[in-house]
Amino acid sequence: MKKKNMMIMTINLSSRDVLIEDREDLTGYLGGVALATQLLREHVMVEKSSLEEMQPIIFTKGPLNTIFPAVTKTCSMFKSPLTEELGESYGGLRTALAMGMAGLDGIVIFGKAKEPVYIHIDGEKAEMKDAKPLWYQNTDETTRLLHEQVGRPGLRSILAIGEGGINQVRFANVTVDTYRHFGRLGLGCLMGSKNLKAIVIEGEKSQPVEDPKSYRSLYREVYKKVTKTDVMEKYHGLGTSINISLLNDLGGLPINNFQKTSDVGAKAISGESFAQHRLIKKIACSGCPIGCIHIALHRKNFGEPYEYEMATVSYDHELIYSLGSMIGIWSMDGILELIETVELAGLDAITTGVLLSWITEAFDKEIISTEETIVRPKFGDVEGYKKIIHHLVKRSNDFYEEASTGTYRVSRRYGGQDFAMVLGKNEVAGYHTGYGNIIGQAVGARHSHLDNAGYAIDQENQKYNQEEMVQKLMEEEINRNFLNSLVICLFARKVYDDKTVVKALNSIGYDFDEKKLKDLGLKTFLEKIRLKKEMGFHYKKTSFPKRFFETSCCNTVIKKEEAEAILNLYSEEVEKLLSHT
Amino acid sequence: MKEKNHNNSKVLKVINIGQCIGCYSCMLACSTQVYNNFSLQKSAIRVKTSGGYQGRMVINICRGCMAGACIASCPSNALEARAGGGVILHREACIGCKKCISACIGRAITFDKEEKKVILCRQCGICVDSCPHHVIDMEEVQ
Repeated sequence: MKKKNMMIMTINLSSRDVLIEDREDLTGYLGGVALATQLLREHVMVEKSSLEEMQPIIFTKGPLNTIFPAVTKTCSMFKSPLTEELGESYGGLRTALAMGMAGLDGIVIFGKAKEPVYIHIDGEKAEMKDAKPLWYQNTDETTRLLHEQVGRPGLRSILAIGEGGINQVRFANVTVDTYRHFGRLGLGCLMGSKNLKAIVIEGEKSQPVEDPKSYRSLYREVYKKVTKTDVMEKYHGLGTSINISLLNDLGGLPINNFQKTSDVGAKAISGESFAQHRLIKKIACSGCPIGCIHIALHRKNFGEPYEYEMATVSYDHELIYSLGSMIGIWSMDGILELIETVELAGLDAITTGVLLSWITEAFDKEIISTEETIVRPKFGDVEGYKKIIHHLVKRSNDFYEEASTGTYRVSRRYGGQDFAMVLGKNEVAGYHTGYGNIIGQAVGARHSHLDNAGYAIDQENQKYNQEEMVQKLMEEEINRNFLNSLVICLFARKVYDDKTVVKALNSIGYDFDEKKLKDLGLKTFLEKIRLKKEMGFHYKKTSFPKRFFETSCCNTVIKKEEAEAILNLYSEEVEKLLSHT
Repeated sequence: MKEKNHNNSKVLKVINIGQCIGCYSCMLACSTQVYNNFSLQKSAIRVKTSGGYQGRMVINICRGCMAGACIASCPSNALEARAGGGVILHREACIGCKKCISACIGRAITFDKEEKKVILCRQCGICVDSCPHHVIDMEEVQ
């Protein structure tokens, strides 16, 4: 079996040094989150601020990226400016392809440039180039200008931050190739703190196919499963926005800051409505024949007679929830307008929506006033929310300074934590389905619904006892850690069962079996928890906003005592695993 | 290299460009099956966006000209007219001068820096089967 390379590029923005190494010692980590966790362990200063100059940003791909259907993601890890704890995020479209073309398995960036720069990676070379003209440009204009540079259009990836990242909003994200993101947890803020406006990745690395027969036969098998069966139909058809109607019918769609969970207005913003009235095309990440990225046409009248402008905006369930139902917006145009606003500023949509909903309710409860908010917040008021987003990005006054650090911190200062919808300091996703959902986000390594899909466990309609719930959440998160090491799109998780993953790795010359995969998942799961603990996280410090237990959750009410009992049990099980490993 | 036995009178055509999602499955089929390489730089079919993702998908392929300008531009007789349209590349004769690349207004020919030879479509049709949306097909040349 041919030796596998593990090419890691290290870029020091302070000294402008670039180093490229073949880290043979890391080959066993395959890529993605397993590799990124190790690189983070090597470079992160766990006790120092996330924005300390030498804190790293890590990007990793996996060996199956692009060459197998729907293996399309890139993993990023860092210390989160939002939570000051473990940061982990996944981006799609062309980044993994471009890293592969550059011949890179991992990129580590640390230090701080003296002036605004963007990094241009071309194969094994990396240059820091002047980004002063780009600095205050929005994400779209930045991407356009970089796109117009000489290079390999179609085979390169452009990562950019907007004004949110420039101004150190703690939940600023990174836009990837216009329509995807490294979202949540503030990677954009971290890039901004390093005077790093954008990253362009490309290359021409040759990668001969070692065993064409074995590879091609398996590729065809997986391709058929992806395109000819209904395993991924949900994502291709309406996309995840199919959940809006489903959750609303179940009584599990968060509305007006979780004050209720069902509303007749949901029909107007359902996945069905968007598909019928606004959808204009679907696009795909490089290497995925599904095409789940739903693009809507946002048509805006700006004058008479018949004066129109347009924007094309991507949408999905989490965006319709956070910038729609969560803040009482029941019109598709209103939601698209707000999505476009956060996109151009480079803010995380879920966090922005949850924060807006907290601001609105805190205002309604007279915890804050227009002295703080400047604008009068009101559920359903699109124009008002656009102004508030503007103040958040500009950090216009003392209140917005605090609000730009996220819902957890602003509610700690001003009050209203009972309805500050965060778990593990991260704003929650668009579900109120039961214990699986809230415990899942509370214990997940990045406090995301995607860590362990607790919301999906709730929707299995099974009565799980506390032990079973803990087991299911833990098993799913461990499983996702090895999927994320490869970095398979989680929408394709049912395509890539353990056997298929092993066969795929074997077909390109990796000596891996199911046990090794499981071990890698468990090892990564535990190493991330160790890192979290060193950064100050503890399960026992986790609290649940009271609102979760006040609002009907799929026609029942869940109890705080039960949630705490499951959390404690989870914590005990993790401690056992840590002590045995 | 493998040669799929498509009808010689047919050439590759982009028939439904509006349905392209940019998945690159066709490019992967070409690079892995024709050029035996995972690098999409080796693909003779090139999918990209026109004006970024806000724009539209476009595909650069050999348009299957009869006696195309590329043939006339080649100083080493590496290109020969293919019956039914397009060209046959005699790789051993290619000297890597890139004159054919400039001659083709269809932007169909690219350069393999590793091999120092041009990459162009063989009209084998392998890419067609991999397209999930029937964007490309083999058709009679007009």
